[in-house]
Amino acid sequence: MLEKHAVFEKNSILLTIGILVVVAIGGIIEIAPTFYLESTIERVEGVRPHTPLELAGRNVYIREGCYVCHSQMVRSLRDEVERYGHYSLAAESMYDHPFQWGSKRTGPDLARVGGKYSDEWHRQHMIDPRSLVPESIMPGYPFLATTPVRKFDIKAHLSANRSVGVPYTDAMVDNALADLESQVDEWSDGYDDFVARYPDARVRDFDGNPDMISELDALIAYLQVLGTMVDFSEYNPEENLR
Amino acid sequence: MADNQKEIDEHSGVDTTGHEWDGIKELNNPLPKWWVYTFYITCIWAVLYWIAMPAIPLASSYTKGVLGYSQRQVVADEIAAANAKKAVWADRLMSTPLEKVSDDPQLMTYVMSAAGTSFGDNCATCHGTGAQGSKGYPNLNDDDWLWGGTLEEIQTTIQYGIRSEHEETRYSEMPFFVKDGLLERDQVRALAEYVLALSGEDHDAALAASAAETYEFECASCHMEDGAGDIFVGAPNLKDKIWLHGEGRDAIIKNIGYMKAGVMPAWKDRLDEATIRSLAIYVHSLGGGQ
Repeated sequence: MLEKHAVFEKNSILLTIGILVVVAIGGIIEIAPTFYLESTIERVEGVRPHTPLELAGRNVYIREGCYVCHSQMVRSLRDEVERYGHYSLAAESMYDHPFQWGSKRTGPDLARVGGKYSDEWHRQHMIDPRSLVPESIMPGYPFLATTPVRKFDIKAHLSANRSVGVPYTDAMVDNALADLESQVDEWSDGYDDFVARYPDARVRDFDGNPDMISELDALIAYLQVLGTMVDFSEYNPEENLR
Repeated sequence: MADNQKEIDEHSGVDTTGHEWDGIKELNNPLPKWWVYTFYITCIWAVLYWIAMPAIPLASSYTKGVLGYSQRQVVADEIAAANAKKAVWADRLMSTPLEKVSDDPQLMTYVMSAAGTSFGDNCATCHGTGAQGSKGYPNLNDDDWLWGGTLEEIQTTIQYGIRSEHEETRYSEMPFFVKDGLLERDQVRALAEYVLALSGEDHDAALAASAAETYEFECASCHMEDGAGDIFVGAPNLKDKIWLHGEGRDAIIKNIGYMKAGVMPAWKDRLDEATIRSLAIYVHSLGGGQ
């Protein structure tokens, strides 16, 4: 046995391949099954792909590194459930590429922040966090309010997400730019089509500045939808015990 | 290197492994026994764990383990157990009419401590840790109530929010008198003097008098003739020198012209009934409850 091991020890390429095979066994057993097991993602009502504006806001969220301090996963522990609400389901991030679960909480978890505060609160809080929460150590992001949201490649963002499995329809991809603009203005021409494509999406001027679709509009739209999609009245906890 | 002949190192008296690099030989010191046995025990533990707990992926499911452990069940049970412990108090709270709760000192102790925590988690972010509020977010310690300060009214406000996404939300909207072109700039300036006069602050009496008619026509339907406000439409009292959206002449002018009213989320779907009830009692008790 030890004699045969010498073959690996004397041949670096063989040793490398051997290491890869051994490490891959762990990956295959622990990770691969999550892609095919039906129990990985719960069957729930209400989870839809992000609207173009929310997706743009999500891009801002990732660009600014919000995930470095904020997780997006309420763990199934009593203290977390009592503070933040229902524990997060896998289904809630099934259209997130990549997911924003995180494990570092310098700030609070944001998985259920949607609807917890007003748009105006978010606007003021992004511009100057300590004006609302004096003990906060979050940096201010005042430039979001004065920076127009990046729109020119939003269609490409939708189709990139579609290529990794997010069920955007052709109409959603083709009208991405129009939908992005419609979500901040309920009197726009595209409003009816937008609502038909994303039935429960919130439509309003998120940052209170009707003259520009800012990055702040997008980010608030994203924050306000977090954790609000699943219809928990239709959720059966017994079926989804893990 | 691979030489299987046993060779004793003359300095230490220990076997060598037979490996030799440039004259340096490796001693064959075995691992300590405690370490080896601990390792064997962990291997056995791992096998037992696979059997006891959810572990091994199969073709369409996974082994559930003989213990039937589920973290989601654990948290559900823990919450149920905690609620069962609280049930004595929660039931007593739900069965006591709102106004009567303060007559029951034991129940009040429970309410204040439970609501204090909920307030910190949910309300303090806007209203401040001491409920002192800030510009745009009402102070809850005073007796100035936009939508009413009785227990019932406070409870309704918490349940459904103000201008929230809930369909039963309290709602009203003050026009943007300048932005929407309803008043001329001069009229707004005069109106601001009138509002300052209502609360007894320094003002230009002549200008204020000239705005009396505008006030009656544009403002009095909500803020009332005397400026006392109307809790049924959330119209603030203009006489009490409490300025939610900024005090002073400039702020008043700006607010008549452009002010966007505040939004409070609805909590009915986020917090349970007993929590909302205790929050209403807590807020009511802060100083200004009616």
